[in-house]
Amino acid sequence: MSAATADPQPLELPSGQTRFVDLVLRARTFGIVVVLAIVVFGTAAVQSRFLDSSSIQFILADATIFAVIAVGEAMVIITRNVDLSVGSVVGLSAFLSASTFQHIPGIPIFAVFFVGLAIGAGCGLVTGLVSAIGRIPSLVVTLAMLYIIRAVDILIVGGSQVTTGQVPRGFLAIFTDSLLGIPDIAIGAAVLVAIAYYYMRSFRSGRDLYAIGSDPEAARRAGVPIAKRVVTAFVISGALAGLGGVLYAVQIGTIDSTAGTGYELQVIAAVVVGGVAIFGGSGNVVGAALGALLLGTITSALYVLGINQDWDEALQGALLLLAISLDRGIQAQLANALRRRRVRLGA
Amino acid sequence: MEPDANLGAVASALAGGEGSTPQAGPEPLRGRRVGGRLAPLLRWESGLIVVLALVVLLGEQASTTFLSSSYLFSSVFNLTGEVAIMSLPMTLIIITGEIDLSVASTLGLSSALLGYLYNPLGPHWPLGLVFVTLLAMGAVTGAFNGFLITRLGLPSLAVTIGTLTLYRGIAVGVLGENTISTFPSFYTNIGVNPVPGLPFLSWSFAIFLVLAVIFGVVLHMTPLGRSLFAIGANKEAAQFAGIRVKRTKFLLYLLSGVICAFAGILYTFRLNTSVSNNGLGLELTVVATALLAGVSIFGGKGTIIGVLLANLVFAGLQGALYLTSFNEEAFGIVTGGLLLISVLAPNGPELWRRGREGLRRQQRLHRRSTMGKQS
Repeated sequence: MSAATADPQPLELPSGQTRFVDLVLRARTFGIVVVLAIVVFGTAAVQSRFLDSSSIQFILADATIFAVIAVGEAMVIITRNVDLSVGSVVGLSAFLSASTFQHIPGIPIFAVFFVGLAIGAGCGLVTGLVSAIGRIPSLVVTLAMLYIIRAVDILIVGGSQVTTGQVPRGFLAIFTDSLLGIPDIAIGAAVLVAIAYYYMRSFRSGRDLYAIGSDPEAARRAGVPIAKRVVTAFVISGALAGLGGVLYAVQIGTIDSTAGTGYELQVIAAVVVGGVAIFGGSGNVVGAALGALLLGTITSALYVLGINQDWDEALQGALLLLAISLDRGIQAQLANALRRRRVRLGA
Repeated sequence: MEPDANLGAVASALAGGEGSTPQAGPEPLRGRRVGGRLAPLLRWESGLIVVLALVVLLGEQASTTFLSSSYLFSSVFNLTGEVAIMSLPMTLIIITGEIDLSVASTLGLSSALLGYLYNPLGPHWPLGLVFVTLLAMGAVTGAFNGFLITRLGLPSLAVTIGTLTLYRGIAVGVLGENTISTFPSFYTNIGVNPVPGLPFLSWSFAIFLVLAVIFGVVLHMTPLGRSLFAIGANKEAAQFAGIRVKRTKFLLYLLSGVICAFAGILYTFRLNTSVSNNGLGLELTVVATALLAGVSIFGGKGTIIGVLLANLVFAGLQGALYLTSFNEEAFGIVTGGLLLISVLAPNGPELWRRGREGLRRQQRLHRRSTMGKQS
């Protein structure tokens, strides 16, 4: 891929221009919110039960899994890497975490969440280390990990499966529990997104991720510990995919060795719709999470509108292409505006 | 491996050029050239031949039926022809530094449309017309990829993830939950009978071999082929050298679409089934094959003989593992492991050197510090 020749993202600029660029980038996130609102209210205008609290609850809870995984994936993509292994991590984590209820009877539910996180973080650590130490492009490493983790999952699961009867009722209830009409897991995801956003915006190590993605060579010369940061991003991405696996177990209840198959491309689609450039350096985790929410909402809207579900996937693909085409247009405009401004300032 | 031997003479003549450097790693310029006089032995393709020999040995150890014609047909060549065919245009695209993840969806769309258009309860078009329509459809889907990537300048990874979803989505939309399997046996026999006179070879793999020769000649012996390496090595330099970079890439995507649509026809007839999820997820297998073949993900490197060998390795390994006690569903461990080794191995000597230097530096520091204590 033309990573080396991709246009540099105009992110880090002197103060006056920073505000302008910031505005445009914020407008990008705002754009997703607008589209989301159009979809929600447009659907509600036709079919009012779309705005029922139960319907909204279901959509939010459903989109949460993808939003959580998308946050980690966004952090990896911002460093100009990609993590294709998340779907397999979801599968492995879903089965192993749900089956701990059998192996360790009476284990508290929060401990199972840590099991999922730890499994995911372990997978991410291996991926990150192989990629960083072996100096292999992450696309290749994570493609290999996609196969390996899924195969390990198949070997562990065998022909068996965890069924809803084998996990405590309280575990499955997490999906439907809610606070003031908002599902608990959606609130949890929102807190997680906020923390990740704050980290990426205000912490040095978070800003380093953008620096690496904008220009790895410049970041290296500026003394950014690239390997350390990239491995960290993969560990976080893996951990969040592991968390997504536990949420999958909560939502579906019945887990076999195919859990999470194909999630990787759906998550990347959500991240890209959310305005994260596929070649790194720009975008944020809020956009990625909103991208996941938007794709989930569209699926639900089609269902409520009674439109043939068969065309749902095609529509998602078209939307993704539209999103990246629009992004390209916005970027071109932005570059033009910056150039004009620089000429005016005589810089 | 008869096909290998048949092609060997032609292919080894073709294999010269960019792909022949031993390092396929991301930074081939850094560090000393590995091997010196041993360089020819360290060539990527030589390694693949050794792996292939090991695979054959493994299969024969597991069961003597492995090398029987009927087993080679049913469990090696018949199962992998379509992936092999799709790996050819994928190789060219990766050599130019791009990627096409929509190949399996194009195969699926072609398969779904074949069922839909031929369906005796539906449009029921004559098959000849259906074939032409499908190939035209492949040209359109490929051209759409090419348009978005070369004319709008969008990254191919993102575009083809989008069209992966879009084309698969259209397949689902066209066929829904239906399964069509009423094709004439004249065509579906390609999944039952081997090529006449070559009882081990499936039609799909035979077509792959023919296409591989054509692709090999074009890639390694024509100006067009060399221009692909030039584009992958340095797009700007290629542009200044007068190569029409965008048009070339556009045509490659168009070609990929047509060939994947054709692979979709073969896939449908081989299984005698048209369903919307035909070939689901095969895109990653195709990419993995190309990478195992030594095609650099950064572009500019790769040989068709490597692709041929990588396809034989994957096909043979799968067939061999069926005969062992190994759980064949966990084939992914082998696929993933091979993929990792194939990219780690070329960096091995470099990693070894770096590791040793690091160790020496530590020892020096250690010695200095102990000396400091003594004085």
